[in-house]
Amino acid sequence: MATPRIYVTRLLPGPGQELLRRAQVEVRSWDREDVPVPRDVLLREVVDADGIVCCLTEKMDAEVFDRMTRCRVVSQIAVGFDNIDVAAATRKGILVTNTPGVLTETTADMGWALLMAAARRVVEGDKFTRSGQWKTWEIMGFTGQDVHGATLGIVGMGRIGQTVARRAMGFDMPVLYSDVRRAPESQERALGARHVPLDDLLREADFVVITAALTPETRHLIAERELGLMKPTAILVNIARGPIVDQRALYRALVDKKIWGAGIDVFEVEPVAADEPLLKLDNVVVPPHLASASVATRLKMVTLAVDSCLAALRGDVPSNTVNREALDRS
Amino acid sequence: MADPCIYLTRPLPEPAARLLREARIELRSWHRHDAPVPRDVLLREVVDAEGVVCVITEKMDAEVIDRMNRGRVVAHVGVGYDNIDVAAATRKGIFVTNTPGVLTETTADMGWALLMAVARRVVEGDKFTRSGHWKTWEFMAFTGQDVHGATLGIVGMGRIGYAIAQRATGFGMAVVYTNRNRLAEERERAVNACHMPLDELLARSDFVVISAALTPETRHLIGQRELALMKRTAVLVNIARGPIVDQRALYRALVDNTIWAAGLDVYDQEPVPADEPLLKLDNVVLPPHLGSASMTTRLKMATTAAENCLAGARGEIPPNAVNPEAQERR
Repeated sequence: MATPRIYVTRLLPGPGQELLRRAQVEVRSWDREDVPVPRDVLLREVVDADGIVCCLTEKMDAEVFDRMTRCRVVSQIAVGFDNIDVAAATRKGILVTNTPGVLTETTADMGWALLMAAARRVVEGDKFTRSGQWKTWEIMGFTGQDVHGATLGIVGMGRIGQTVARRAMGFDMPVLYSDVRRAPESQERALGARHVPLDDLLREADFVVITAALTPETRHLIAERELGLMKPTAILVNIARGPIVDQRALYRALVDKKIWGAGIDVFEVEPVAADEPLLKLDNVVVPPHLASASVATRLKMVTLAVDSCLAALRGDVPSNTVNREALDRS
Repeated sequence: MADPCIYLTRPLPEPAARLLREARIELRSWHRHDAPVPRDVLLREVVDAEGVVCVITEKMDAEVIDRMNRGRVVAHVGVGYDNIDVAAATRKGIFVTNTPGVLTETTADMGWALLMAVARRVVEGDKFTRSGHWKTWEFMAFTGQDVHGATLGIVGMGRIGYAIAQRATGFGMAVVYTNRNRLAEERERAVNACHMPLDELLARSDFVVISAALTPETRHLIGQRELALMKRTAVLVNIARGPIVDQRALYRALVDNTIWAAGLDVYDQEPVPADEPLLKLDNVVLPPHLGSASMTTRLKMATTAAENCLAGARGEIPPNAVNPEAQERR
């Protein structure tokens, strides 16, 4: 049998490359760390690859899948995989894997980092200190919102949502959540979380954190009407996917002070266009999609994706396969 | 008897202002929110005031205290009062009051906001997104340190230190602390905290948060030697008082990557001079002394100070006197 061939769409960090070197595979890789593979190169490279390791900058649509002649697995280095046409993969009997679990805690940390930075105006304050304009102490200068004792609302109570909820324990916060499925009672009790309809959550919460997956149902889940329900002192945090929030409506709500602030790690279009009006506002915190960006976690994600790809090529079905039904087609 | 006179070194926000307006006192005030009272005005205004409400920008030294011919109380808006010569006040039988308790939780929130902003590079990331330089997703770009599961070291386990420890509950962290007095065992157990000498704490912690009071013993408690004991991946957070850390040594440690990063809410000199070299570094987050800066808490602090000042000016022992022994000098 021929040595399997793996195509990697981005130059991997050291440990990922090392893992591939030690495996009995032929590896080809896009050679840049800081630029995604151009579409035409991708379309050419996938043709005779048995496995593909990709990240969310690649649009793995039906056209890409139709080019693949031998592919058995596409391993995404991320937990979300809305860049991949999974139905197209399944039709061709190609497994799609993601990297769940390893980034849960790191992403929940980021949700809290954004919540607290927005609440206490950390970015604005830092900018002010550096500007040299700090001349005195003011009683109401840069005053923000208290986190302790406030009500936390979590939209989407999956793994990451639960992990965000758990972090509220030491802050003495009531926790509300909305999800299509209600969590088991034991879990609700352990997290001190109460299931409520979305509208109630938006009305009552001081901090609304979005941790839902992007689906047709969650697209623009938070739009003008929903923002209008929130408290004028409330803060919206999105660490899930940009299109869950109507970004134009959010901009208006922030300008009109319908809500007090926001922390947005994800955007409708990424990278964000330089002329995006949100970028001009002081009451938002806008990191460039860093939810899983800890050194340890990013390396774990790379390792898991490579391992999953290698496992599938050996004929195993990795536990992090998102379309087991593809097996029926292969 | 004439109504007692109260002098405010800064205008107070409502409802504290109303409390004083409606009291049977003569009220005088410096008129600017955004600039401290000049020294000569202060020296003149205190002469015939029974009570003075002051903020951290006023140096209430022996010269000022000695001018207070009718002084009964100096009510400070804040918990730390190292700007006040308490010994001089006690000698004259003048009570000094602060605003303890009301800002504990808000300050502990700020410690966490800084810890997380530094760990996850929120300020850098926000600046990058706004710069328009975000062109793609990168594996190791802006990767930070995990907060969950890390070891938190607390230097100074008073009210604020303890509140910081409580917040670690939901993050699965090991908590270690150093304090002159060891906590009672059940208090330690409640936050899972382990008492240890400073050097050991520095060597073991991923995050070191300073929440000690400034005293002759804690001045430059963290100098070059102590910074060198810390992990290269460690983060230092100071929400107490600037002089507890040797700021020059910290600058060197950050430039030489002796430690990974820092979050400072307090400085050797405040406001920070525009040519302070720390302001040029990317691996620091530098709010302008916002520890207690939530709207709710700052309003409570102003009200507490007003109440203390009223009580003192009327000849009562104010509720938050830090020098009750002043009573014996009357």
